[in-house]
Amino acid sequence: MLRTAARSLKTNPIARTWAVMPRAARTFSRSSVVSSQAVLNSLDTFTDEEQMLRETVQKFAQDVIAPRVRDMDENEMMDPAVIKGLFEAGLMGIETSSELGGAEASFTSAIIAIEELAKVDPSVSVLCDVHNTLVNTVIRKYGSKEQQEQWLPKLSESSLGSFCLSESVSGSDAFALQTRAKKDGDHWIINGSKMWITNSYEAETFLIFANTDPSKGYRGITCFIATKDMGVQIAKKEQKLGIRASSTCSLNFDDLKIPAENVIGEVGKGYKIAIEILNEGRIGIAAQMIGLAQGAFDKAVPYTYQRTQFGQPVGTFQGMAFQIAQAAIDIETARLLTYNAARRKEEGKDFTREAAMAKYWSSVVAQKVSGSAIEWAGGVGFTRETGIEKYWRDSKIGAIYEGTSNIQLQTIAKFVQKQYS
Amino acid sequence: MRPTASRLLNILVPVKRTIDYAVKIRVNPDQKGVDLNVKHSMNPFDEIAVEEAVRLREKLKDAVKSIKVVTIGGTKSQETLRTALAMGADSGIHVSLADSDPTPEPLGVAKALRAVIEREKAKTPVDLVILGKQAIDDDSSQTGQMLAGLLNWPQATFASKLVVDAEKKEANVTREIDGGLEELKCRLPLVVTTDLRLNEPRYASLPNIMKAKKKPIEKITPADLGVDLAPRLETLKVAEPPKRVGGGKVENVDQLIEKLKEAGITAVKA
Repeated sequence: MLRTAARSLKTNPIARTWAVMPRAARTFSRSSVVSSQAVLNSLDTFTDEEQMLRETVQKFAQDVIAPRVRDMDENEMMDPAVIKGLFEAGLMGIETSSELGGAEASFTSAIIAIEELAKVDPSVSVLCDVHNTLVNTVIRKYGSKEQQEQWLPKLSESSLGSFCLSESVSGSDAFALQTRAKKDGDHWIINGSKMWITNSYEAETFLIFANTDPSKGYRGITCFIATKDMGVQIAKKEQKLGIRASSTCSLNFDDLKIPAENVIGEVGKGYKIAIEILNEGRIGIAAQMIGLAQGAFDKAVPYTYQRTQFGQPVGTFQGMAFQIAQAAIDIETARLLTYNAARRKEEGKDFTREAAMAKYWSSVVAQKVSGSAIEWAGGVGFTRETGIEKYWRDSKIGAIYEGTSNIQLQTIAKFVQKQYS
Repeated sequence: MRPTASRLLNILVPVKRTIDYAVKIRVNPDQKGVDLNVKHSMNPFDEIAVEEAVRLREKLKDAVKSIKVVTIGGTKSQETLRTALAMGADSGIHVSLADSDPTPEPLGVAKALRAVIEREKAKTPVDLVILGKQAIDDDSSQTGQMLAGLLNWPQATFASKLVVDAEKKEANVTREIDGGLEELKCRLPLVVTTDLRLNEPRYASLPNIMKAKKKPIEKITPADLGVDLAPRLETLKVAEPPKRVGGGKVENVDQLIEKLKEAGITAVKA
């Protein structure tokens, strides 16, 4: 047993060392540069900027989003004032460099923003998450210098982005996508359709994955960037159980003409972009789910200390207190998984396994805690007025999008198998 | 016409770190104070003051040369300065106290601010001091007034509107008073304190938060200013207000007058 552990420590790049650093080291701000002398901090250590960002987003969420949550959910429509507010607060270019109009903040800053938004409205959170961790990051990581200069400023300032991979025939089996791209002089002609696309109703910029050479299988998949006015057709808008204010539409491409310079990365290398980016996106969804769980908890628990029955606040009955404590533990575990995955990514370490664990577990916790929150609030929790039940409806998608729970488990199982067999 | 050097304004905004307005205050068991282990943030009226300074710059543009923020407190007070820098201030001064030191009282603060203004006279003479009308922890509403008195400057308190003419070095201030609104025309240098309706403070956008990192904060001590911040007041007891008891309903005006007489609230004896 010890030998396998020792072997895994040597060969497994994701093993950790455990050491305790003096208190002074905790105030050391985290940089994205990996130093040779590792600075070890607890996972709830944040830089001053990250802390300030958290407070700013909290304030923004309370003032701008909270009053609109109910209507947006009932109307299944994102309020344009919210999207505008997000852009104005600088929350739509979190990692983008400042010379291209962004905040040049850390990946963890994006995670913090997504978490805090989700505490108030998971629909708004996913809008911000997809835009930052999928759309912005693809262009930042795989776009040429010209492409970054062309697209990132707009995306930081006013243009909402959308990530178009899934189709009716391809969800988990993403590479089975059928949308085709044919070269025509200095243009590509795209035909096909996409389904389940977040932000698509309000978006102006679209990252579209299409296959330029089906004979090569997934090695023909290419990432294109397009604007709505090139002819992207928004078709059916889904009516959903939860995150109803987040638009989820089908898209149609009917001889959509895209200039050749709008290929992101290389032709036929789109599959790589998709895999790698969804890896990061997973941490974003994990952040959304822990924010959701915390939001539900924060709404229901104070109520239990006010509502009295049999002469005492219901939250002080031992049965209730134990449930509340367990929910608090669950949220803490999910939060630590999420922030650890985020910091590992910042440190340039492998984080696929941690991201999968964080996403999977956070979605489980979100469902559990939001469900309990309804029960703790009793009948009042069941009515739409208090907004507690909304979290439970919103949580269901956590186990489904950006990699289903079964896919996450499969990913994790593969790591275990590799390590132990 | 480009404003000449003598007409460029230097604005000073003192800010205080207080318990966040949304926190439920709990009195300590020793009844000498309240639980300070809770969320703190910038005094809301000070946020309005910082916002007003930033808006003045947006309106008067180059005529505003500098917006400096100053705070007196322990290490955590620096966060408050950073927030102000993220909102648009240029630089900060942290008059640093030990974390165990008591919160300075208005007269002490006013004396310290006077010393800061003296200190700044050579390079950046202060033309306008904008303070919050009161801090939400002690609700003293004294510092601005005391500062104006010590400096022998005009004061316009409880401002709900501020219009500055940099050329003429004058300001028109609308004040909220008991009778309604009062308009004052004042000469600079001037002390203004903000009231709630002056403006609605902006969110520090994330890019500005990141930029604030690079803005300078100067750290000094009360000794550097030659000020003694020892408290002159002793808190004897802190207690919660008595719990509200239910009221009663009356049938008519006569009954109401009877009840008021019984409670001793009228000049007429029962």
